[in-house]
Amino acid sequence: MFYRETGVFKTTYATDMELFPLPLDKIGFAVCILFAFLIVPFFASHYLLVSIFIPFLVFSLAALGLNILTGYAGQLSLGHAGFMAVGAYATVVMYNRYDVPLPLALLGAGAITAVVGSTFGLPSLRIKGFYLAVSTLAAQLIIEWVITHVKWISGGVYSTVDIRALEFMGWKIDTAPEKYYVALVIVVVMALFAKNLMRSRIGRAWMSIRDMDVASEIIGISQFKYKVLAFAVSSFYAGVAGGLVVAVYYGSANIEEFHLMLSFEILGMVIIGGMGSILGSFLGAAFMTLLPIFIDLSISSISHNIVDLSKVFTPDLMANAKNMIFGALIIFFLAVEPLGLARLWNTIKDYLRLWPFPY
Amino acid sequence: MWDTAFFALELTISGLLVGLMYSLVALGFVLIYKASGVFNFAQGDMTFLAALGLAALSVKLPLWVGVIIIIGVMVALAMAIERIVLKPLVARPPLVLFMATIGIAFFLQGLAQGVWGTQPRGLNLGVADETYEIAGIFVSSLDILGAIVAGVLVVVLVWFFQKTKTGRALRAVSDDHEAALSVGIPLRKAWGITWAIAGIVAIVAGALWGTRVGVQASLALLALKALPVLILGGIDSIPGAIIGGLIIGATENLAEGLLGPMVGGGIKNFFPYLLALIVLGVRPYGLFGREIIERV
Repeated sequence: MFYRETGVFKTTYATDMELFPLPLDKIGFAVCILFAFLIVPFFASHYLLVSIFIPFLVFSLAALGLNILTGYAGQLSLGHAGFMAVGAYATVVMYNRYDVPLPLALLGAGAITAVVGSTFGLPSLRIKGFYLAVSTLAAQLIIEWVITHVKWISGGVYSTVDIRALEFMGWKIDTAPEKYYVALVIVVVMALFAKNLMRSRIGRAWMSIRDMDVASEIIGISQFKYKVLAFAVSSFYAGVAGGLVVAVYYGSANIEEFHLMLSFEILGMVIIGGMGSILGSFLGAAFMTLLPIFIDLSISSISHNIVDLSKVFTPDLMANAKNMIFGALIIFFLAVEPLGLARLWNTIKDYLRLWPFPY
Repeated sequence: MWDTAFFALELTISGLLVGLMYSLVALGFVLIYKASGVFNFAQGDMTFLAALGLAALSVKLPLWVGVIIIIGVMVALAMAIERIVLKPLVARPPLVLFMATIGIAFFLQGLAQGVWGTQPRGLNLGVADETYEIAGIFVSSLDILGAIVAGVLVVVLVWFFQKTKTGRALRAVSDDHEAALSVGIPLRKAWGITWAIAGIVAIVAGALWGTRVGVQASLALLALKALPVLILGGIDSIPGAIIGGLIIGATENLAEGLLGPMVGGGIKNFFPYLLALIVLGVRPYGLFGREIIERV
């Protein structure tokens, strides 16, 4: 009843191939965009913007990148945090040292990361599965070493570089809402691009490789071209996400932020959100951003209100509880809901399609 | 010139001994892969759990009681993993099972530190850490013990997989889950047995490593050292794990000792991966791995 698919009469191929063929989806998308652009920055507090909305956007972009590679092209990568680090340091070096305008610095960071990423994607032509997963781990470790040891990039042992004051054509980006807008515009544009890419020849080729690479090669899809392209596009997204981490989230590039654990967390976002779904990348990122906050709040409210558990729930245990819940959730989603939170959204749609009638 | 050569020899020998310890961890991976086709990313965390448990128990109890309790814990853990994680994932793509073991890894690390605390602990096996000098080269007694244990373990495991009925059943399961089921091999029981064996290998590796470097969270990162060993040797080959471990141990030590000073050190972390990548370029299934032929 609420989710109506009837009454949409398509008379041309163009309308049939639209990004959002249903008017309801179009309205829904427009409402989300308006909400994100007009409501959030004016009504959200500084805390909400800085510690929830901005990280959510940044990690959505990173998850989107990995989802393109894993969910659509079927190539597992455990080095995504390393690719983000490349983007982060590329942004800082270009912006701080060579006065490249901010949008160009972010784009350039994406491009550099794409080159690095496709280099590490080259083995995917000969090896696959676990062997490939391990070889992408190599990317993570080699990138970490290069960044900490090459002084030209990171400036020495501690390898933390602050970015200078953000500015674009005389406009100073220093308040939280302004930074939020920068991230939002980039994320919306890149998400729409990804959504479109998946409907194109390239997206279909990736999905055929994911479903069965030998068969897709037989029908004439170049494995070399599309596998390397998948690594390039995916690392482009990771690079821009890394650039955003520096530009609008932390304000500095620090190698500690891009360790192996982040790679796993991004993979977790993709699994929990839904592999092979653009929406899923956002849901997964939202979930992972909110999870630690939710765990903190619930444990501290239990220990304040019901019983004094501060002796039981030491900070050590809280940090470990987060790991345990994260691990359990990955297993839960793989076993029970392999399509992730995105599938939940489809279930809701199915329900609303018929409501209030049972069938 | 002679100095450098001697130094290189020394590096090689200490590297080979460390490499055997890597092999022990890699062995856990190979066992589970051989017997169930699952690439178990949690092996490092199982090693950590076993070592931390052993260290915590050995404070109050005699060592052998601790060992028995930990064996019980690892077997129970294997059964729980089989029931909770693997059962719902039967006949799903191998990569899904792999990602599930990443989940297990996170869970076990949280569990181990939640139960036994996060502070580093020492572990004493009752073996004195003495250094012997053999023809001018220093070798620690712990290293020799590790080498002997690794050797015995490998002989026993190879015998088990090649000669016993259970071992053959486990290899059949690894070949094809559904085909093994159809000839009457109890798949879930086979999985339980394998994970229990891998758990016991984790205890051995954890005990030896824990004595060497102390028991702390970084022990779980040992898995990161075992991974290049695996892909170098081939993930389904027990001799591959041993020889891969020896090669990785020796070459990383040589690289760190000879090349390290030139580029600023720390290349030990990624050198094994670089080596493994180069080998994969030539032999995509590792040195001893079985080549998989795909058909449409």
